[in-house]
Parts: sequence; structure tokens; C-alpha cells
Amino acid sequence: MMKRLLWILPFLAIVALAQTRPGDIANGKRIFMRNGCYQCHGTVGQGGLAGPRLAQTKLTLAGFTAYVRNPAPGSMPPFRAKVMSDQELADAYAYVQSVPPPVPPADIPILNIDTR
Amino acid sequence: MSKPKEPIGRRGFLKGAAGSAASLVAAPIVMAQQNPTSPSTAPAPTAQITGNEKPGSDFMVDVLKSLDIEYCAANPGSSFRGLQESFINYGGNKSPEWLTCCHEESSAAMAHGYAKIEGKPMMIMAHGTVGLQHASMAIYNAYADRVPMYIILGNILDVNYRRGNAEWVHSVQDAASMARDFVKWDDTPVTLGHFAESAVRAYKIAMTPPYEPVILVADGTLQEEPTTEKNLRIPKLVMSAPPQGDTAAVAEAARMLVAAENPVIVAGRAARTQKGIDLLIELAETLQATVKDQRMRMNFPSAHPLYGDPGQLPQSPNLAEFDVILGLEVQDFWGATHRQTPLNRFGMESSATTKPGAKIISVSAIELNHKSNYQDFGRYVEADLAITGDTEATLPALIEAVKKLITGDRRRIMQERGAKIAEAGRKWRQQHRDTAGVGWDASPISTARLSAELWAQVRNEDWSLVSFDRMQSSWPTRLWNFSKNYQYIGAQGGAGIGYGLPAAIGAALANRKHGRLTINIQNDGDLNYAPGVLWTAAHHKIPLLNIMHNNRAYHEERMYIQAFAAKFNRGVENGDIGTALNNPDINYASIAKGYGLYAEGPITDPKDLAPAIRRGIERVKAGEPVLLDVVTQPR
Repeated sequence: MMKRLLWILPFLAIVALAQTRPGDIANGKRIFMRNGCYQCHGTVGQGGLAGPRLAQTKLTLAGFTAYVRNPAPGSMPPFRAKVMSDQELADAYAYVQSVPPPVPPADIPILNIDTR
Repeated sequence: MSKPKEPIGRRGFLKGAAGSAASLVAAPIVMAQQNPTSPSTAPAPTAQITGNEKPGSDFMVDVLKSLDIEYCAANPGSSFRGLQESFINYGGNKSPEWLTCCHEESSAAMAHGYAKIEGKPMMIMAHGTVGLQHASMAIYNAYADRVPMYIILGNILDVNYRRGNAEWVHSVQDAASMARDFVKWDDTPVTLGHFAESAVRAYKIAMTPPYEPVILVADGTLQEEPTTEKNLRIPKLVMSAPPQGDTAAVAEAARMLVAAENPVIVAGRAARTQKGIDLLIELAETLQATVKDQRMRMNFPSAHPLYGDPGQLPQSPNLAEFDVILGLEVQDFWGATHRQTPLNRFGMESSATTKPGAKIISVSAIELNHKSNYQDFGRYVEADLAITGDTEATLPALIEAVKKLITGDRRRIMQERGAKIAEAGRKWRQQHRDTAGVGWDASPISTARLSAELWAQVRNEDWSLVSFDRMQSSWPTRLWNFSKNYQYIGAQGGAGIGYGLPAAIGAALANRKHGRLTINIQNDGDLNYAPGVLWTAAHHKIPLLNIMHNNRAYHEERMYIQAFAAKFNRGVENGDIGTALNNPDINYASIAKGYGLYAEGPITDPKDLAPAIRRGIERVKAGEPVLLDVVTQPR
């Protein structure tokens, strides 16, 4: 039963997301900071040991939402609609997608120091 | 009653008109019984001393000097004033040299950091009551981190020698009792001869693996009264060989490792010295096995092809692909091999993270020092083979046994395995470099940028990073090349915050005579426990580059609060309450300047970082402690 519910969740999320307006980057940044997303993922979604990179995530908005609502055991806490609406999630998604792509390491000399 | 003819002790002198005690301990007791003191009783004539007497504390100094301890860190306390005076005058303030601390927790944490660089204990001194109470958290950290520390507590056991309220409230029946659960041994000597024997014994116990703190109580009367004991001598210090694993068990471990398809070595506090690192390299290369370094010590070179990916939490290494797991002094081996119900679920369940049928081998000396009360030993490990013994002492026999068992076929298989591990290593190293570029120009400054900027400027120096890097998402381990035993010393042990700054200063003190450039990436919450130790660094001219990891919070706790709020569908925006260190922001450069350090900051633009580090290194090389306040990303 539980497994079936888990399968259904992303589809429910898609239905819900169909009712949201396009993500607002500025509000997404505000939500990202206010709700503490940055605490594990960094203020620009760069990631770290506490949480993976979100900047330019390859997840779709539906996948992103489904994961936030029902994260894998052992990972992040679930953020349900009561504390973070679908619209707020869409905004946060827009924010992490808007973060400029990383500077290629080849263009950062100090990241190319041979440690061997 | 006539006055005794024996030499008069300093104690009697200090008591002035209130006392008429003679040098012999029994005399005042008899007098008190025959002529009880009352407000109406006229004080006895003040005792006189000649100044030529030799107090017991001088002999104590002779004893303690025989142990070749370099430093004694202390916040001054009247219960050990005799010893302090003897150390600085009779002892010439050398071996040990007195270090002035502003808090006993700083003394103990300095000793903790010092011992992890120098490989031997520092002495600390404290009141048996209020001083030990201050120092206790830092002693517990050292205990849980298996670090030697030589603790002397002042106390006045005899009621007849306690003068006034302060000495009553500073006295205790059993001074070491408060810390007995987290030291390896303690004693309260009642004579100077007893002190000498116990002082030597204490050192030997502290320095026999597993290393741990020890306590010796120096009674105030013994310190301050003239020496009258005959035939005093200082026992010879003879160190014990460290405990080595059972020969048959080591042979069985070798058989399991050589037969394994994919073995892994999990290194906790495996290496005590450079020799331990070299031995671990030899074992890993012989087996061509991955080394998962928990970074509790400098165990294995981070740039070695067999080094396991540090891009995961060190206490929870991914062990799913291995069929034999060799744990070397792993503090929480059960935790390393299991996953528990996370915070976002109810109840408490656990499951193994190892693959079915995987065999577990444990080598650890800590089983020789298990205690009951504090739970630092972790959950019971259902190992397939458990070897009690010091890792560094056991590795030579294990390596020899492994080499004897390797056939030509096995060697070929191992070499193929090693090539795959090396190739995976090249990939994750490149992946980490790619990831470091995300948020490269962000403000607050990313911990990847901070680590990369530091590495660029210290890599050609003889450097020593004396902070643990988990709070910086392990970026130094991901980007730097750690290879020498003094280049990394692990974390607090007991996870007691307030360790970082004083331990770094103690470590920097040990590095000073070797001319090493000591670096401390300093967490902001940690600094605020006892920042007065910055003054100690300035006063004693201890060169050290402190780089603030200033995320303006007790961030680990902020994440916990956030997780709980989300779990219960409420208040996710309130995680800052009780955890944030802002409003007002703390200006760490101003604090450091106030204590006499060269300081810069707050630095918020990543472009300002490299020049500030350059200026800081110049000052450190000139012998100064420096603090650069860098406003950083949380992790």
C-alpha cells in the first residue's frame, strides 16, 4: 500500500503544480533563505556534505517537488504543503535554476593545482 | 605549651597571626585539641621562617621535571600556589614553562591540541574544585579522543590547613572524583614519596595506548610545608611497550583480507605517529585496498590513489561494496556499518549498510580502558574477528602475515583492483574540483573557495592544519594533499564545543619549535566559549593563522531545529531562534585585536580573501598569532 502511495506522489505533485504560476526567482530566493533550504544546500544551492547541490538541478519541477514532499530515508526532512506551498516550491526551484553556472575549473588556476 | 623547635613552614607564615602551626603535620592537631581556638582566644605568636627552608613543592618540581614535560598551562589558583612558585623560581620556569590561561577549559584544550602534534602530554594545573569544574568538558574531549594529558589538581585535604572561607569552598574530600569517569587513572598522594611514585606512574599510564588523561592531586600542605621526609627519591620512568594484537588472531585477519574479493580499511584513530601512516600505506598497497579515512587523525595520505572518496560524512562511509571490512581504532564501528532511522521518520530502526555476508574485523586498544558511565564506546560491534591491541603496534605483524599469504594469482587480482580504485579516485577528484566552482564568487564566501584560496598559499610551506574540516564540507581534504602526521589532528573527541581555538593554539605551540606554519579554520560558535585564549597566544607569541569560518550560527543545531520543525509541519522559518549568532553580528577581528592579535575582517568579498591570507601568513611567519574574520557559507 505504502509503495503504491509513493508511486502516486509525483503524479499528485504534477497535478498540483499545474495550478501554480511560473516561478518567481526573487521570491524563490527569499523562500530559500527564510525556510532554511540554504542551511544544508548553501545560499546559492552549491551543496556540501550536509546536502547535495541544487544549483541548475537536473530534476524537473515535478521531480523536485515530489522529492521535497517525500525525501529518501536518511536524507532531508520532508517539507509538506502546510509549511511550503507548491507555489513557494516552484519559486525556490526557479531560484536554484537561475544561479549562474559554475566557473569551469579550467578557468580557476588555483583549482588546478596538482596535489599529487 | 612550648613552641616546637622544628623549622617553620611557609603555610604557618602565610597564616600569620591566625596560626601557630609548626612544620610537623601532627602538631597543629594536638594544639587544637588542647587549646581550642575561639573568638576570645588571643592569637598565638606569629611563626617565623628563615627563608632557607625547602618546601615540598620543590621536590614535586624535581619529580615532575624528570618527566620531560615542556609546558604547564594554568589559570592561577591558590590551592597550587606553592607548586606554581616552585616551578617559576626553583624550577626556573623551564621544562615545564608556565603558560598563563584565562580559563581552565583553555588550559585543558590547549594540552589536548599540543599532545596530538607532539605525541606527549602537556601538564595543566587547576583547583581541585572550581578549576576542575571549568576544565572538565575539555578533559572529557581529550578522554574521548584518546589523548594524554597530565593534570595536577590543588587541594587542601587537612581541615587544619584551610584558611578562611575561600579555602573551604575550594577544598574537596576526593578531588579527582568529578572527572574519574573520564580519566584513565588518578591518585591523591599523602606523602612526598607517594607523590613521586604516583607522578611517574601517572605519566606511564597516560602514555601507554590507549592514551588518556590522568590526574594527580597535589595536597596544599604537602606543597607548602618544608620537606621533612627522609630518603626521598624519584623512581625511574620505564615506558611500557604498546599492546599488540594476538598472533593467531592477526594471522586469521591476514587470511580473511588476502582471500577477500574487495576489502576495505576503515581508519579511525589508526596512526599515532608518522610510522603508523607509513605502515597503513604499506598494508593498503600490499592488499590494494581502499582506505576509508574517518579523519580522526592523520591516517593516510589524501592524494594516495587508494584513498576513499571524502565527499561523504566520515562517520558514515559507504561500505556497501566491500566483503571484508577492517576497522582500525574506529570509535563507533557499529555506527559506521549501520544506518538508523533519520530525523524525518518516527521510531528507531536500524539496518546494516554492509552487504550480506560481509566480514568485519576490528583492531582496537580502547577495549583495554572501557568505563561504564560515559557512553563514548558506541554500540556493541558484532565483529567476526575482534583484536584487542594498538593498531600501530599490531600493523607490522599483520603486514608480514598478509605478505606471506599472497600468491602470484592473488597479487594480479589485487593489482587489477588497485587500478580500478585509482581510476575511481581520478574521477571523484575531478568531480570535486568541478563542484568547487559552484558559488565560487558567492558572498558569504563558499567553504570551497576558502579552502582553495588557503591551499594555494600554504601548499609550498611546511604547513599543519589543526582544525577538523567536516564543518567546511571536508573541502581541505578534497582539495589539499595531506601526507605528514602533523598535517591533520582530527576533532574534539567528545564533540564538546569550545575545543577548536584553544586546541589550535596548543597545537601551534607544539609546531612552533619545528618552524611549521599552523592553520586553524575556526568555527565562530566555538570561539565564543573562552576567547581569552587569544590573549594567551599573543602573550606567549604562539604563531598561528586563524581563519574564521563565520557562518553566524551554531549551525549544526540550526539544522536540527529546522529538521524537527519540518517533521512536525510547523515554524520552519524559526530555526534561527536560539541558534543564530547575529543581530548584532559579532566582530571577531575587533575581539582579536583587543586581545593583542593582528586581525582583519569581516571579509565578505571572496576577491579580498587571497590578499588577506597573504598578509596574515607574513605576520605568522614573523611569529605572531593572526585572525582573519571570513564571513562564510554555512557548510
